[in-house]
Amino acid sequence: MTEADPVQAGQVLADPVLEVSGLRKEFGDLVAVDDVSFTVPQARSLAIVGESGSGKTTIARMIIGLERPTAGTITACGRDRSSPARSARVRRRRGSEVQIVFQDPYTSLDPRQTAEATIDEVLRLHHGWAGDRRRARITELAGLVGLDERQVRALPRALSGGQRQRVAIARALAAEPRVLILDESVAALDVSIQAQVLNLLADIRDSTGVSYVLISHDLAVVRQLTEDAIVLHRGVVVERGPTASLLDDPQHEYTKRLRASVPRPGWKPRRGALLGAGEEPKNP
Amino acid sequence: MSETQWLKEPRRQAASTALLEVEGLTVRLGVEGAQRAVLRDVSISIRSGEAVGLVGESGSGKSMTARAIDRLLPRGAEVSGQLSYEGADIMTLGGAALRGYRNQVAMIFQDPRAHVNPVRRIGDFMTEALRTNLGVPAAEAHRRAADMLGQVGIADGERRLRQYPHELSGGMLQRVMIAAALLTEPKLLLADEPTTALDVTTQAEVMAILDDLRREFGLAMLFITHDLELAAAICDRTAVMYAGQIVEVRESELLHDDPLHPYTGALAAARPDIAQTAHRLAAIPGRPLSAFEAPQDECAFAPRCPHARDICREQTPELVGLDGGLSRCVRAVELRGRLGLGQGEDGGGDD
Repeated sequence: MTEADPVQAGQVLADPVLEVSGLRKEFGDLVAVDDVSFTVPQARSLAIVGESGSGKTTIARMIIGLERPTAGTITACGRDRSSPARSARVRRRRGSEVQIVFQDPYTSLDPRQTAEATIDEVLRLHHGWAGDRRRARITELAGLVGLDERQVRALPRALSGGQRQRVAIARALAAEPRVLILDESVAALDVSIQAQVLNLLADIRDSTGVSYVLISHDLAVVRQLTEDAIVLHRGVVVERGPTASLLDDPQHEYTKRLRASVPRPGWKPRRGALLGAGEEPKNP
Repeated sequence: MSETQWLKEPRRQAASTALLEVEGLTVRLGVEGAQRAVLRDVSISIRSGEAVGLVGESGSGKSMTARAIDRLLPRGAEVSGQLSYEGADIMTLGGAALRGYRNQVAMIFQDPRAHVNPVRRIGDFMTEALRTNLGVPAAEAHRRAADMLGQVGIADGERRLRQYPHELSGGMLQRVMIAAALLTEPKLLLADEPTTALDVTTQAEVMAILDDLRREFGLAMLFITHDLELAAAICDRTAVMYAGQIVEVRESELLHDDPLHPYTGALAAARPDIAQTAHRLAAIPGRPLSAFEAPQDECAFAPRCPHARDICREQTPELVGLDGGLSRCVRAVELRGRLGLGQGEDGGGDD
């Protein structure tokens, strides 16, 4: 157990930055997440693919501590986070391990706080740096996500959707997390802006070594940004594997159906394959 | 002007049988205290039974076009141009005539929950137009509504009619909206992103239903979407909008691989591909502009266009016919065959 042992340290580096095992969440009688396990190695990205009600956002909320798992364990950077943080110090440490960017940049920012103030608050809380150093870092982060000086000083209402999402990404990166959860973070963006943000995310991963957990229903986005993927259907993982082979040669019926539902040249939507007696799961 | 010519020139016969004709439609709305243009000189025709796609990013004016067609613009909107349905002017309709027109030209919206009264039963909602506008007796209207639910794949129609909107999932409620729109036997359906809020498998199902019923009833459709591939898959022709203008009209099959306008090509190239990972996506610099933000006396797309030259900034280009389609690009002929996917970049330099 000698922490200084070089072999041990090497193993710690090779260990996954995020490990989820046997995760389960019940809401009353509903099992929203059922025995879900996955690992995310450093600088690799995992996609969680699924439709509404599949439990994908519930998994994200458990990882960042907004929901408590009914059963199972979540480990980030070798530390357990299955139960609530007992102190502000632990909560802050967890914040520096895993951050999240939500889908809707219109509601995930404080309307009274400029981009600068939003990022500054995170830097102050997480690193306790002096003003000069924080200002320098804000400039760096703004450059990284492509916000100019005017935009950094603007309130969210003066920014477009794509710019707000950049602020949300900069805020998440300010804590220097090892894992960034992207919960449908590019779904609400226009196609031309979505491409800019996807390129930006690829650049950030190359320069910081952060790992992404991409929660998405958009298989083309999943292909572009991740190496591994799990497919979630009604709370259960129905298929897992490298993203490319999972999309090129899906094995499970549900994955095949998802793949076949994506519009493409020559695509003809077909009736009846899906809903049986006209029933479908309701989003809880 | 050439705006009106395209209706007549490339497809003279087609234009003569157009169900709906929009010519030179310009709409100005109060935005942040000033009247500003949201649509600039939009012309489009839809033939009986034809599916026309309308594709664009936020603020391009695609929803506003549909609202103008259904006379649903906000109060205070300044509208100019011509709008005719089966040859009759619809700009001046009011009262019963306008209600009659809306029975013929039905609309379905992106978010069904925002367009249904949550405290009234599905049956009330579905039969309202039949009972109040067409004078159909309540029992008969109910029977027709239950039948129509069957058509959109909802088997236990009688039970559903007694339910409230909150008891139905999003996909099922959107199918109820489609059924309700079809009950008055319209000839034209304005579908404003009807599947955007739905899961992909549900989208496939709803699109299949829409496509089947449209063909069965000989219904024309204006299908509004931000998804070029979805429009290409289900529409005969597709119009692409940018900054309140139509920049390209093209047979859907050709739109994706052989576009006539640089914006269409850039839009297709920016989208990630499900079949392969791109080293870098071909993002379009800047952001999509609304009609009033875009440059007025030059090409609206010029500031973001890799093919822009001085000539693009000298005047607003006209929509002109090219290879069976239309393009609002002064360099369209010159760029022919160079705008599709994988056909290489024109580069930022000069030619």
